Amino acid sequence: MIRNTFILAFRGIRRNVMRSVLTILGIIIGVAAVITLVTIGNGTTAQVTQQIAAMGTNVLLISPGQRHGPGGAAGAPNFSVKDVQAIEQQINDLAGVAPAVSASAVAVAGNQNWSTSITGTTNDFFTVRNWTIKAGRTFSQNEINAGRTVCVVGDTIRVNLFGDTDPVGQKLRLGRVSCQIVGLLEAKGNSSMGRDQDDCVIMPMKAVQRRFSGNKDIPFIQVAVKSDASTTTASAAIQSLLRKRRHIADNEEDNFRIMDTKELATMLTSTTKTMTALLGAVAAVSLLVGGIGIMNIMLVSVTERTREIGIRLAIGAYEHEVLLQFLVESVVLSSFGGIFGIILALAASFGGTKMLGIPFAPDISIIIIAFFFSAAVGVVFGYFPALKAARMDPIDALRHE
Amino acid sequence: MADKKHALISLTRVTKAYGSNEARIFALRGIDLSIESGEFISVMGPSGSGKSTCMNILGCLDTPTSGQYKFGGVEVSHMSRKQLATLRRFYLGFVFQGFNLLNRTTAMENVELPLVYRGMPPKKRKALARKALEQVGLAGREAHTPGELSGGQQQRVAIARAIATTPSVLFADEPTGNLDTAKSHEIMELLKQLNQEQKITVVMVTHESDMAAYSDRIIHFVDGQVADVENGQTPTAKGGQDR
Repeated sequence: MIRNTFILAFRGIRRNVMRSVLTILGIIIGVAAVITLVTIGNGTTAQVTQQIAAMGTNVLLISPGQRHGPGGAAGAPNFSVKDVQAIEQQINDLAGVAPAVSASAVAVAGNQNWSTSITGTTNDFFTVRNWTIKAGRTFSQNEINAGRTVCVVGDTIRVNLFGDTDPVGQKLRLGRVSCQIVGLLEAKGNSSMGRDQDDCVIMPMKAVQRRFSGNKDIPFIQVAVKSDASTTTASAAIQSLLRKRRHIADNEEDNFRIMDTKELATMLTSTTKTMTALLGAVAAVSLLVGGIGIMNIMLVSVTERTREIGIRLAIGAYEHEVLLQFLVESVVLSSFGGIFGIILALAASFGGTKMLGIPFAPDISIIIIAFFFSAAVGVVFGYFPALKAARMDPIDALRHE
Repeated sequence: MADKKHALISLTRVTKAYGSNEARIFALRGIDLSIESGEFISVMGPSGSGKSTCMNILGCLDTPTSGQYKFGGVEVSHMSRKQLATLRRFYLGFVFQGFNLLNRTTAMENVELPLVYRGMPPKKRKALARKALEQVGLAGREAHTPGELSGGQQQRVAIARAIATTPSVLFADEPTGNLDTAKSHEIMELLKQLNQEQKITVVMVTHESDMAAYSDRIIHFVDGQVADVENGQTPTAKGGQDR
């Protein structure tokens, strides 16, 4: 009898190709949308987490300007070399203090050119950013003190200007400044904001101040706190030091801000989580729409199905045989659609994460939820009209209009 | 008439009512009827006279409101849905005015269907279905779906479906209602042949006296009651054998 039920169910599916295909399609779209979007969202979160971990959660970013309100750095004075020295000398438990002066210029090597950004800093920059030198060396003390035009370049510069040749020892022209490459950085990839971190040229701070910015201001300081020390304590100590140095009265607000990467991490993570939830909501709507599609198809065919059930009952089918047949039919269609949807979703999210350069992190619980939700829709709307019809008197089912 | 043994089908004071209380309408107002095995019966009457209702009750597709219905001596009116389905499955065959074939399903699969429900193995089932289609003159049309067949051919598929199981009784509700005269006579010849050669009892509802003339007895319904019973054109041909 089981075998016969399956024969009848498969004949039913084959007979109603259009209805079957549309049902499967509804389920595929619902399942695939949910799984794909949530997987991509999860990948983004995972990537942000990874990058923050790579950046180190013990870094403080110090910049001039109000912490609150618009305007940012406007009006607030930049830092000076003395501020940097004071932080280095007076604050305990720091692993490195890296001032940063930035500029942008077109880098030219041979007949290639590439627009990039230049950072003027000290060797502490590599410590703070946790960045290793792949080839060559960092700056010598002499080069830093004298502000020599030497540079360490990021991997993107090598790729775009030198190709496969070793850039270390080569000359690089930055705007009007000619500069010697002494080192090449390890490739880091994109930042969580999607910026290419390897697209950079690092120079001694004095060189950038003298040749590009034309003053001795330092607009940005990065501080790494030793891994066993508290960033909160260090942050508070730096705050009171800078307030003193910048002559801020007790009743005035800071005219600089210190951002803890831990805070940044929390902020970014919550942003991506919100995004994932949003994507999930959009996907849930498509799951619902897919479900309504299935519902429509099933309800439209109720009349035909009722008559069909009438015929089956009239020629001697038992109620439970008819029901089992329709149940098998809907379960087969729904699971087929669900499995196909999962395969499609995994393929799409794999491709999507590859394209976006984020980790592929499928979530088994979402896959299961999406599958069972749409399968339930398929089964419920496939089975209940049949249930109603099979309980009618055969003659009423036959006459159903 | 049925002195020796009980008749194959016997109805005693059968009524059928629709609706309830004041809105109650009686489609059958006390039918007494007896049909012997091997008979070819026509039921005639104006529309609304209850002839189709009566046949649906005879065919166990519908249940009477009151009265007795014995099939082969067994009381049917109190049977469960499942028992009625069993009765239909093993003893009854149906041919409807509207054919009632499954759409987009080949003639072969339509005819096979009742055999599937009987749990017959595929080989035997296919052989029987093919034989039934041959019998109604549709050999070679096994793979056609109802949409690809003419009305007469569809009705013949329906007949093949009904006879593939070799039922005791074949119920036909206006089997020629949707067909032209020539096709109608073909169908009637086929029914007559099945009745005479396979001894299948045939109960047919019709409103055309041409068609009723093929039968042994004609039962006239008027207003939910049996008004008249007349003998058809060939009552004597089989009368002696079966009684």
